[in-house]
Amino acid sequence: MHPLLRTFLLRLCAVTLPLALPAGAAGQNMADHQYSTADIEAGARVYVADCALCHGANGDGVDGVNLRIGRFRTVRSDDDLRRVVTTGIGGSRMPSFDLGTGELDGIVAYIRAGFDPSGVAVKVGDPARGQAIFESEGRCVGCHRVNGVGGRRLAPDLGEIGVTRTAAALQRTILDPSTALLPINRPIRAVTRNGETVRGRRLNEDTYTVQLIDAEGGLRSLVKAELAEYEVSLTPTMRPTTLSADQVADVIGYLLSLRGLP
Amino acid sequence: MKTLRAVLLVGVFALGSDHLAAQVTYERILGAATEPENWLTYNGGYSSQRYSALDEITPGNVDDLELEWMLPNQVFGAWQSNPIVIDGIMYITQRPNDVMAVDAATGRVFWLYRHTNAENARVCCGANNRGVAIHGDRVFMGTLDAHLIALDAITGRALWKVEVGDVNRAYSITMAPLVIKDRVIVGVGGGEYGIRGFVAAYDVETGAEVWRFYTIPGPGEPGHDSWEGDDWEHGGAPVWVTGSYDPELNLTYWGVGNPGPDWNAAQRPGDNLYSDAVVALNADTGELVWHFQFTPNDGYDYDSVQVPVLADIDWNGARRRVMMWANRNGYFYVLDRATGEFLSGSPFVRVNWSSGLDANGRPIPTPQPAGMPTYPGNQGGTNWYPPSFSPRTGLFYFSAWEDYATTYRPEESEYIPGRAFLGGGFDVLTPVPGAPTVGIGRTSQINNWTDAVGHGSLIAMDPRTSQPRWKFEQFDVSDSGMLTTASDLLFTGGREGYLHALDARTGEELWKASLGGQIVMAPVTYEVNGRQYIAVISGNSLVTFGLPE
Repeated sequence: MHPLLRTFLLRLCAVTLPLALPAGAAGQNMADHQYSTADIEAGARVYVADCALCHGANGDGVDGVNLRIGRFRTVRSDDDLRRVVTTGIGGSRMPSFDLGTGELDGIVAYIRAGFDPSGVAVKVGDPARGQAIFESEGRCVGCHRVNGVGGRRLAPDLGEIGVTRTAAALQRTILDPSTALLPINRPIRAVTRNGETVRGRRLNEDTYTVQLIDAEGGLRSLVKAELAEYEVSLTPTMRPTTLSADQVADVIGYLLSLRGLP
Repeated sequence: MKTLRAVLLVGVFALGSDHLAAQVTYERILGAATEPENWLTYNGGYSSQRYSALDEITPGNVDDLELEWMLPNQVFGAWQSNPIVIDGIMYITQRPNDVMAVDAATGRVFWLYRHTNAENARVCCGANNRGVAIHGDRVFMGTLDAHLIALDAITGRALWKVEVGDVNRAYSITMAPLVIKDRVIVGVGGGEYGIRGFVAAYDVETGAEVWRFYTIPGPGEPGHDSWEGDDWEHGGAPVWVTGSYDPELNLTYWGVGNPGPDWNAAQRPGDNLYSDAVVALNADTGELVWHFQFTPNDGYDYDSVQVPVLADIDWNGARRRVMMWANRNGYFYVLDRATGEFLSGSPFVRVNWSSGLDANGRPIPTPQPAGMPTYPGNQGGTNWYPPSFSPRTGLFYFSAWEDYATTYRPEESEYIPGRAFLGGGFDVLTPVPGAPTVGIGRTSQINNWTDAVGHGSLIAMDPRTSQPRWKFEQFDVSDSGMLTTASDLLFTGGREGYLHALDARTGEELWKASLGGQIVMAPVTYEVNGRQYIAVISGNSLVTFGLPE
């Protein structure tokens, strides 16, 4: 495809993305994965009434905690959040609150949406369960590694993914990888002049050369002028997940906990 | 030992004589094209064509080019400086405001002058300096804290220093000055800080200000009614790229930058003259003779700080004195440089902020709905990267950014002196949310934004038709300027760190060198002792090539 046409088609995708997402996540009901706007709005009211006095309007009133950007002392999953709110933290200034289920979901939603009433509040599950799913029926380790442990190197190592991605971006990747694949990670297919087909994941590219990890796990650098064919695919090798909404939330919880070597 | 003593004796005699080195008169600058062994001004001469009559390096032997010398910069950051070369001596600046005198044949340094800027000096986009001007035996540099300094070209000692703008109000100078007659002319940066821009001329001997032209008219002046209330007092319109000069018309031409606040046009109703315009000034008085505004009431940061490129070309069967201009707003223009008359204009990249130009060259605005991308994006279809015009090919060469778009978020901004005055923000359009985007210059050897957010295109434009004759595409975007020579070679670079030599007629690539660091200036050429050199800055190194001896 002509590079300009290719780029134009990408533009088209980007502009229509908000519409494309639900359709792309075929078979998945987004309501199972996210809190509703009504939840977020309810949470905003609860927050102002019960939380803002100590945590502040921006969520950063308590040392070491920033609720708006998701920095906690101990909390990882949404259930952790609920537990802290309903039971408090003994020996600290965090009291317990007697909230109804709707109010409790609301406060979690408001925090997960980054205090943004029009934001997206992604459900975040239990990291330990998420790790188990990641390593078994999620079939993630076939391609991904975590800090060097796992399967092939064809997909990026996820050891620091909790630092570089938001929950919403992770969810999009799991539900509909084609709407979340970073351009640099696009799969490459090249055919050399002597007929060898090279497939892999792009690491770097310039006008004349491309660097990649090939399907055998080796580093390759190709000179474009020496290739018979060269294609960059917009379709990720990763397929949309078949996991349940709760399982996806758990996997997201696990991925968010991956923050590099301690 | 005998030989050495003999040399020393000769040296003593030389010191005692009236040896005049590096005397660059106004007449020499006027005739810059006739001494192509030198590179006398930022743009190579008053017409700013960046075309050299040197022809030792040809399409037939360019493949033999070899490294002559390298001079590493000790300061990190984009190195946008452009050397000038006079009689074998190169003058080059490095961040933030150092000047070096260098042996152009060996790369060894005679002296280094270091200016320490005021701690509150503010620039939006890096501690850049693009070079010096020369006159007589003096070298002139503008500073980030908005001073103009004259140095002794032989000793590197400062001779005078004057304040051009108030650093407390975030005035700065990043451009190379231009000497015309016995004045040194310089403009000010600060378009992101609510300055009131100007161009000013200073006496080369004393530093006394001779004239000053404000790029925003004051009360009672023509054009003042293109602003409302006190918007004109902090409306930006900086001048941060070196202008041009037509000695026959005695007009000096300067491109003017964006109005402020940058992205909220609704906050400053009116055309906002002379932001995003070219102004033609009487070189002796600084009086405005004509202006042409490319982007009235700009909300996209489409600075018109491109280099005004002057040439006499055939136009509908007659010789015409024109100015060629590929603008950041995505249109390529040809103007009559005597009158400012609009001759032609057409887009060279995808443009959707405007549906076209009317008969007078005024754009027909088509602002995009909130949240929708605007083409070209914030860095523009092109920018300050110096173009080249080859009188041999009749083509105008420049770096364009293709398929690059931005979504704008205009907001009300309060003007506070010396503080950023931006009027909101912007996001570069990416194929998926949160993907890496292209920025101002490279910060990594890994291109993880890819061509999906924009890519470079060297356009060889035929000014008579406004149609590209050919294009040379790059995977990454390019901020590199252009150099053409009498042997029909075109030298350019890019962020990927390749130095390319192309056939200026066909665009065929004849030679390249992988230097690794981003090239964010224009290569220059000069000659010492009969040998032609090509000098370019890649990353943190000034690199010079020549043919084998």
